[in-house]
Amino acid sequence: MVALAGAVALVALVPVAYLVIRAGDGGWGPVADTLFLDRTGRLLVRSLGLAAAVTAASAVIGIALAWLTVRCDLPGRRAWQVVAALPLAMPSYVAAFAYVSTFPDLTGFPGAFLVLTVLSYPYVFLPVAAALERLDPSLEEAARSLGDGPGRAFVRVTLRQLRPSAATGSLLVCLYVLSDFGAVSLLRFDTFTRVIYQSYRSSFDRRPSAVLGCLLLVFTLAILVAEARSRGRARYYSAGGGARRKPPLVRLGRSRWVALAVPVGVAGLALVLPLVTSVRWFLESVQASIDAGRVWRAARGSLVASAFGAGLTAVAAVPVALLAARWRTRAAAVIERSAYIGHALPGIVVALSLVFFTVRFLNPLYQRLPVLVFAYLVLFLPLAVSSIYGSALQAPPALDEVARSLGRRPWSVFRSVTAPLIAPGVAAGTALVFLTCLKELPATLLLGPTGYETLSTRVWSATSTGAYGDAALPALLLVVVAAVPTWLLSRRISSSLP
Amino acid sequence: MRSRRLLAALFVPLLATGLAACSSGDEGLTLYSGRAEVQVKPILEEFTKATGIKVTARYGASAELAAQIAEEGSRTRADVFWAQDAGALGSVDRHGLFGAVPAEALATVDPRFRADDGNWIGISGRARVIVYDSRKLQPADLPTSVFQLTDPKWKGRIGIAPTNGSFQAFVTAMTIEVGEARTRDWLNGIRANEPKTFNDNALIVKAANDGQVDVGLVNHYYLFQLGAEIGPDKLVARNHFTAAGDPGSLVNVAGVGILKTTKKAADAGRFVQYLLSNEAQQHFAERNFEYPLVPGISPVNGLVPLNQVQGPAIDLSDLGDLEHTLDLLRQVGLL
Repeated sequence: MVALAGAVALVALVPVAYLVIRAGDGGWGPVADTLFLDRTGRLLVRSLGLAAAVTAASAVIGIALAWLTVRCDLPGRRAWQVVAALPLAMPSYVAAFAYVSTFPDLTGFPGAFLVLTVLSYPYVFLPVAAALERLDPSLEEAARSLGDGPGRAFVRVTLRQLRPSAATGSLLVCLYVLSDFGAVSLLRFDTFTRVIYQSYRSSFDRRPSAVLGCLLLVFTLAILVAEARSRGRARYYSAGGGARRKPPLVRLGRSRWVALAVPVGVAGLALVLPLVTSVRWFLESVQASIDAGRVWRAARGSLVASAFGAGLTAVAAVPVALLAARWRTRAAAVIERSAYIGHALPGIVVALSLVFFTVRFLNPLYQRLPVLVFAYLVLFLPLAVSSIYGSALQAPPALDEVARSLGRRPWSVFRSVTAPLIAPGVAAGTALVFLTCLKELPATLLLGPTGYETLSTRVWSATSTGAYGDAALPALLLVVVAAVPTWLLSRRISSSLP
Repeated sequence: MRSRRLLAALFVPLLATGLAACSSGDEGLTLYSGRAEVQVKPILEEFTKATGIKVTARYGASAELAAQIAEEGSRTRADVFWAQDAGALGSVDRHGLFGAVPAEALATVDPRFRADDGNWIGISGRARVIVYDSRKLQPADLPTSVFQLTDPKWKGRIGIAPTNGSFQAFVTAMTIEVGEARTRDWLNGIRANEPKTFNDNALIVKAANDGQVDVGLVNHYYLFQLGAEIGPDKLVARNHFTAAGDPGSLVNVAGVGILKTTKKAADAGRFVQYLLSNEAQQHFAERNFEYPLVPGISPVNGLVPLNQVQGPAIDLSDLGDLEHTLDLLRQVGLL
């Protein structure tokens, strides 16, 4: 398994190799020139500041919504669990475009912060809600019986139990914000990713972009190490047996109508406003036409590429996640952390790195579907690793050991014992990667087979000539298609009680 | 077992479609197009109909495609690169990846719209203009030079897109024409006039049409695109050309180059020739509202003829490096 996981980690490091090769291309002089510009320092502060602010806000909203929809008697809480996960289906470029065209003055930090927060808090909400639902109430009850008030018991026992899920979710938010281009470019907030794109566009020189990419990489590593440290050595599977049961719902009384404002407000900002805006574009347009055959082909293109991307990524993530959950050694941690790197890099960097390597070493596959699928793997591996890691942590290793001691061979143990235990995590990871692949744009444009269309490339090509009306239908369809795996993900919250 | 069958039922058709997408037949010419599909596709179809040569296009942003070609180097799949601006063509040429454009094609286009080394050629032109709200302004109220826009009377009334490539190319042209000091003064003056900034030209034109800005610095054809999108009767914004020689009426081109490594040089040459044919040039004029670059074909109604639009006398290849312009824009605080 170590070998398998190691191989996956190596794959994830392809963009790193590319960045180092490109950055070192012209010697160290130009590298220093780019690094010591005072703009680079400012970029650093802005990128990390935005990432920190969005991560903190997402954690607060994600945990609050999870608590409200899982533990409280919020009216229609099951339905709100689904709605609260839906913003994942909304591409940041569609939402950001709707925002700038509705509120032209909402640019810079406030705009980027708002749009990225309402779109990415579900990364925290989903794992936290699932963990909250599974949480054994006996621990909280024990704290209460020993004299803690409800608030204190929540902070000391419940929140602490939620920490691993909240931390992995926040990590995904943080890395996503560092790599996002759609929102920061449309809302005009200079981050590493935006300047890397600008640099390709303005100087046609790949070196400064590569140097900035390397710097982004260094900070990503620091964030990854810090998050790994925060995990500590606590164990989260239950040692004994004991029947699982659900805790009673918290009665919010009158204030539940006030509490309802949270999911309603977030859904309004993340879903209703962008959707209403795209429908308005369509209605205002006189030239927009519905080319159903075309859109259908694009939808099929999206489905095929994303399904392969999700399948391959989930399979590759299993050994990495299992290794990290079971063997808590430094080597295992390094392998698991490397899987996260691609997620923090701008899509264009990952895409160009694959152009660089496949054209040289796998030329016959270049601009064929497998390479695009491979790009999805590099970009979205951590989404699958984190879900599977979550389930693997809760599966008691003793079960594997018993099966082994009874004479089962490792593969057979994996199939009959481990696989069923981590299956929910694998399913969730697959769904998450699938819907993220649907929204992906830069790698799809550069690496897809020539002439291959997806819904996201349709949206892009329509908006690039100002035909906003034509962008509406593929954009709506994209959200609808992505809503299906999102719905499956949120259903997992309520079915997670065995 | 049932779940396995279900999985198989799901994945077999997927695999089949996936493999089908992998299969390669004879794809004819491969075109990397930095121009949008709606602007290009009808021309490609006409070309295939006329010559029997198939063209497969790969669409993307010009700069990203230029980076991709540079990364692919001699192993590029592209036979022809069609870029939205001269800068992207110049960059591929500097990497030494273009071969020569056939001489008879070069001869049809004014030297100011093609590369000096003959390795890329302009196909259609776009002029910088001042778009204005005709409810608030008459042509007589408008400046004859962009330099007059720093007058305080324009405070809060201007729309610009400083992050957009076409604005940056225009500032580069200004720097080449009047020097950095005067360009910096102009940028500072514009900034002092508190312009509204937008992401692209199309949004500025829309804002002028909706009464959110009075004037905006854009490319000429966005007005016509908006007219096509919302209906010409709802169009109240108008284009205004500045006087001859003013950087405010820079004419940039979208153009093509043939990759040195192509194995289909003859077909690629025919394709370039076709883009300069009367039908194709007519198409650019009528459907994309651009300036045809072949003499004798007139642009759409309401456009000043190209020979009367005299922007600054600069070499378009010099617009390739915008890094310096970006620094300037950053120092001034517009970026």
